[in-house]
Amino acid sequence: MVAAILLQGEEAAEHVAAAPNWFVENAWLVVLLPMISAALTLFVGKRTPGKGSVYGIAAVGASLILSLGVLWQFVQNGGATYESSVDWFQIGPLHMEVGQLVDGLTAVMMIVVTAVSLAVHVYSIGYMHGDQRFTWFFVVLSLFTAAMLNVVIANNLFQLLVGWEIMGVCSYLLIGHWWEEHVNSSSAIKAFITTRIGDVPFMFGIFVLVAATGFETTNIREIGELVAGGELAVGLVSISALLLFGGTIGKSAQFPLHVWLPDAMAGPTPVSALIHAATMVAAGVYLVGRLFEIFVHAEAYVLQVVGVVGGITMLGAGLLGLVQDDIKRVLAYSTVSQLGYMVAIMSIGPIGRDAAFFHLFTHAFFKALLFLGSGSVIHACHTNNMSEMGGLRKPMPVTFWTFLIGAGALAGIPPLAGFWSKDELLVGASEGHEVLFVVMVLTAVVTAFYTTRMVMQTFFGAYRGHGHPHESPLSMTGPLVALATATLFVGWLGAGPVGAAFFDWVFFEEPEAVHLVAWVATLSIGVALLGVIAGFAVYRRWRDRDPIRSLGPVYTLLENKYYLDDIYWKGIIRPIRDPIAAAVYWFDQNVLDGVVNGAAGVTKGSAKVVNAFDQKVIDGAVNGSANLAGFTGGLLRYIQSGNVQRYAAFLFAGVVVLAIIFTRI
Amino acid sequence: MIRLPLVLTFSAVLFSTGVYGVLARRNAVLVLMSIELMLNAVNINLVAFSQHLQQVTGQVFALFVIAVAAAEVGIGLAIVILIYRNRETINVDEVNLLKW
Repeated sequence: MVAAILLQGEEAAEHVAAAPNWFVENAWLVVLLPMISAALTLFVGKRTPGKGSVYGIAAVGASLILSLGVLWQFVQNGGATYESSVDWFQIGPLHMEVGQLVDGLTAVMMIVVTAVSLAVHVYSIGYMHGDQRFTWFFVVLSLFTAAMLNVVIANNLFQLLVGWEIMGVCSYLLIGHWWEEHVNSSSAIKAFITTRIGDVPFMFGIFVLVAATGFETTNIREIGELVAGGELAVGLVSISALLLFGGTIGKSAQFPLHVWLPDAMAGPTPVSALIHAATMVAAGVYLVGRLFEIFVHAEAYVLQVVGVVGGITMLGAGLLGLVQDDIKRVLAYSTVSQLGYMVAIMSIGPIGRDAAFFHLFTHAFFKALLFLGSGSVIHACHTNNMSEMGGLRKPMPVTFWTFLIGAGALAGIPPLAGFWSKDELLVGASEGHEVLFVVMVLTAVVTAFYTTRMVMQTFFGAYRGHGHPHESPLSMTGPLVALATATLFVGWLGAGPVGAAFFDWVFFEEPEAVHLVAWVATLSIGVALLGVIAGFAVYRRWRDRDPIRSLGPVYTLLENKYYLDDIYWKGIIRPIRDPIAAAVYWFDQNVLDGVVNGAAGVTKGSAKVVNAFDQKVIDGAVNGSANLAGFTGGLLRYIQSGNVQRYAAFLFAGVVVLAIIFTRI
Repeated sequence: MIRLPLVLTFSAVLFSTGVYGVLARRNAVLVLMSIELMLNAVNINLVAFSQHLQQVTGQVFALFVIAVAAAEVGIGLAIVILIYRNRETINVDEVNLLKW
């Protein structure tokens, strides 16, 4: 991360375009700024006005402007990929680099990350107001933004891995932001460990891939060219693609590792919006997109696995969203479901990849909007439970209208963002992927239904909670309005009628971008309306008992999340954890304590020896010499008789002796 | 003219008498007087050798000794008087405070 500063060297710059290229060449500044703001906030944040929030907002705001500049120049240059790097260190033949790879994916993702991050930074001033760890919150928020941007900009797998792991840590820290409550800290641990289960195969995937190149390179573009040129063993590539997909399953909360994301809602709502809706969970999808050459050129079963996992996730999570009472959990399952869409559609090939990224792009905006809106509602009602809300459209008009726009986008109502991107997904799947298409349509109905349920329960009917909800402050409604505006318009970027600008910008090499197909669009609108009308009909007359409970055993199954958490707990966590805990306890009690006590015993024994030596030998020598001096003194003192005449006699005797001696000589 | 060995013998006898007096007498005044005897024995020696060698140095030295002896007796007698005032005795056997 720090070494990104070294990018100034720009040693291996490949100047593809001669046009003025400042923004693209210095795209690394986008990463650097949030990193600096994280450090600044950490060290001097508490002493600054605004308690440290200003640095993050300024840095991410500047990053957003730079990102827009990058995209603008990228388009100006005709979509030339720009790559530059400096050497970090070398292991044998393998050069580790820190570098930037700026192409369409990078440019678009940087705008998504910085835009949502800016909105969340501003929103957090209001939402986290008065929090005891306010400054720390902004530190981690900025650090996360920097890490995510590092993943986006990385030109090699190891740099990507570094950002990937820092994101995981930030996610852990922010979910457990209010760690005083046990449920929050255990949710943080669950999120971290579950993600880690996916990260281990991810790391091995990187190792296998680098090993397949003969430890020649970790550079993403070079590996892509090698794979496309058929120079690597297809078997190895397939294995590494599967392993890498493990990282996606963990980070993007795909079945069967999706269980952490709903629990991650224990974190503050701005965190859910930024990390667990718009950016970090999208990093898994981004990863597959970035390494798409590997997935496309692997054996066919890899993409089938991707499709099956995505398909199960989108429908399974969508159904779970039907029964949740916690508004954030509804959104969490909806996020899992939408991520399932993106993952599943990528299984159909390059067109799917393009569609998935368009959906990622729009989804980031409207899901962040929905999360921030739910945060505004939670802020007003002091509860997450929709059963204690209701009728909020009157006291909270701004939140209501912006939330409605987000919900419409999620449900797929034209002309909002979600409609256009979901339509691209459906068009992609309609061409020869019948099973996937059916699952997508079903999920679309479910999505529209639970979205309607959420809106009806929260904003319509009578207020069922306590206290007087009120509209949130400007720092919270401002980002809502900004994101709602984005949600209204970003969909048009990829829409057929206006020329599919998004696809032209992002994927210059693949002009075969999907376009609007009449029957698919009609079907898409039809199922969205079906879900909305059904939801409206069911929840219009709702009083106290949630009608979804009438589903009986199906409700019980969904309420218990397909018993997946129980299976994991009883089948995996307990059998693994308990013996380890017992063994560690035994080791601690017997070996470690033995060592500690043994060390204490040795110390005690040697202290006794030293004490004896000190007492007997050293003190003996000291006292002995003193006694000797006293004894001889006792003998000699008798000479001092005090009799002057005796002294004189000695004196004369001495003179006589001396006289005799001198006479002899 | 008196012969030198005769005078030296006399001087030695006088010195020995002084030594005996210093060592044997109990009375502090007598001890001081004995010291005078020893000093004068030395003076005789100095004068005798001065005459014998025909040099005046010895006689000058004798004059110095007489002056010093006078000072010594002055101080010695003052000490004796102070001892007497403090301890009501001038017996040197009893003045033995400076012993072990």
